[in-house]
Amino acid sequence: MNDDLRKLSALDIGNLIRGREVSSPEATRVFLDAALADAAKDASDETKINAFVSIDEEGAMRRAAEIQRLIDAGEGLSPFAGVPMAMKDLICMKGSATTAGSKMLENFRSPYDATVTEKLLGAGAVVIGKTNMDEFAMGSSNETSYYGVCRNPADTSRVPGGSSGGSAAAVAAGFAPYATGSDTGGSIRQPCSFCGVTGVKPTYGSVSRYGLMAFASSLDQIGPMARTARDCAVALSLMSGPDARDSTSVIDAPFDVCKAIRGEHDIKGMKIGLPRNYFAEGLAEDVALAVRGAAASFEKLGAEVEEFDLPLIEYAVPVYLIVACAEASSNLSRYDGVKYGYRSPNASDIHGEYYVTRSEGFGTEVKRRIMLGSFVLSSGHFDAYYKKALRVRGLIKDEFDKAFDKYDFILSPVCPKVAFHIGAQVDDPLAMYLGDIYTVSVNLIGAPSVALPCGTGEGGMPVGMQLIGPGFSDPLLLGAAIRYQDEYGTGTETASVTKGDGTILSHEKTEDGEGQKGDGSFPSREGGRS
Amino acid sequence: MKIDDDLIEYLAELSRLELSAEERGALAGDLTDILGYVERLNELDTEGAPELTHSSRTVNKFRDDIVTNGDRREEMLANAPERKGDYFKVFKTVEE
Repeated sequence: MNDDLRKLSALDIGNLIRGREVSSPEATRVFLDAALADAAKDASDETKINAFVSIDEEGAMRRAAEIQRLIDAGEGLSPFAGVPMAMKDLICMKGSATTAGSKMLENFRSPYDATVTEKLLGAGAVVIGKTNMDEFAMGSSNETSYYGVCRNPADTSRVPGGSSGGSAAAVAAGFAPYATGSDTGGSIRQPCSFCGVTGVKPTYGSVSRYGLMAFASSLDQIGPMARTARDCAVALSLMSGPDARDSTSVIDAPFDVCKAIRGEHDIKGMKIGLPRNYFAEGLAEDVALAVRGAAASFEKLGAEVEEFDLPLIEYAVPVYLIVACAEASSNLSRYDGVKYGYRSPNASDIHGEYYVTRSEGFGTEVKRRIMLGSFVLSSGHFDAYYKKALRVRGLIKDEFDKAFDKYDFILSPVCPKVAFHIGAQVDDPLAMYLGDIYTVSVNLIGAPSVALPCGTGEGGMPVGMQLIGPGFSDPLLLGAAIRYQDEYGTGTETASVTKGDGTILSHEKTEDGEGQKGDGSFPSREGGRS
Repeated sequence: MKIDDDLIEYLAELSRLELSAEERGALAGDLTDILGYVERLNELDTEGAPELTHSSRTVNKFRDDIVTNGDRREEMLANAPERKGDYFKVFKTVEE
């Protein structure tokens, strides 16, 4: 039964641990062994997922034993107590290496815990390792990582997406039941969509950014990634909440997701907006078909679906590029080789040391974005580019706010295409940026979005949809996603659902033939229920 | 906006980056392309539109300035690329 654990949801594993059917060290061992077996493969092995930058076998087993002792002593902790998980390598964890996917931080060890780390550890999480990612979260394919490409478990010749590619791949490959990611322009949702798992970009200000290495501070947000929306809801309730150490923390209390987890959000009567402009030129037919199929499924559940116009969408990527790069160029000025991080041995004075260190420590994509940021912030260009972008950002927010007056949420694709092949876009940065067209607006306006699988497309690859709502509607979006997954499955190989009463229902993969045709149908509808 | 070599030189200085000739050439091309694309923002009339720097509506949040961390000198110095005693070691910054 042990290897079956890898196909279960985090809630299921938590229930087994609480029910003394499996111990935390046993569960941790199963996931660690799978992760370590992959890590042991040669870098040239094309089946190597490479989801982790570092795996802490000893620390994880020690921690699992500690949590087991607490559980045995009757401590409740949380539904995820003793459940193993993976942490994005952009989030500080005391004593652990935190590289941000960069050579710059190869030898950096966090001197403190991020708030999210502190909260998850307090809830009894067992961290098995830090996940691979694009360097400083800048990328959409995980190919900018200094620690090697990460591969998509659904097809290892393809990218897992990025920047949280390692987290999505770890969940999809069964190296961890859930993981943390961070989302600045789609970095949680896009890899979820590419790998066929579920993830949340929470409302800006609801999850503390303290201890998250900054990329673009007005856009960054940490969120959960898992096999099911229910797991994401539990994880988000554990991670969210006010924090005095993050001045942009604006939430009063952690999200209350009880109603969502019990599946009590009624889709009937919900109004869903389908932005016509998202289904225009540039969207691949297989993706359009799958997302329209999901819209029909929501209609079947009683929702009212209506098309509407969101014409400013074509300006979202330009605004995003300007804002994100401006903030990045400022945030990354801290890497100077003095207090921490890489220092070049090839300099002869303080001035040169700064230049040489940064030039040797940063990769190509990071340098490109710093340079672009320096340009839009430089005198003479500041008004024409940066200020202009901020004005359009406001217009985009107005347009979404108007839509939210009419709809409970907006339903859209996550990406224009399914996961592309490794190397296919590395030489075309602009094409790579355009892949973010459906995700970046959410960050610009601070809204929440839940990404979840809704079928398969070209090559049998997963297709993702996202539910976008107004600020702080995260529990409602998760409630709708949970209802959808209860009816139509989670899209992961084994749909396993823990109901509110704690019973575990495991469903073997029932029907997958039709999902492989690339006809936009859902890959694993649960037997007999749809 | 055409990015020429002089501008790349200037941006590299602002960015504190030392770029190889090859990197400079590639960046000039990439930045020209990217800026050409983002300049479509000029199609929009934004006269009088407010600048949105931040999505949340909160203004500054204040709290009392209370010291919560203790002496963590060793932890902070542990990541130093080079140290001398209790100090971060760097090249000399002033002439004698």
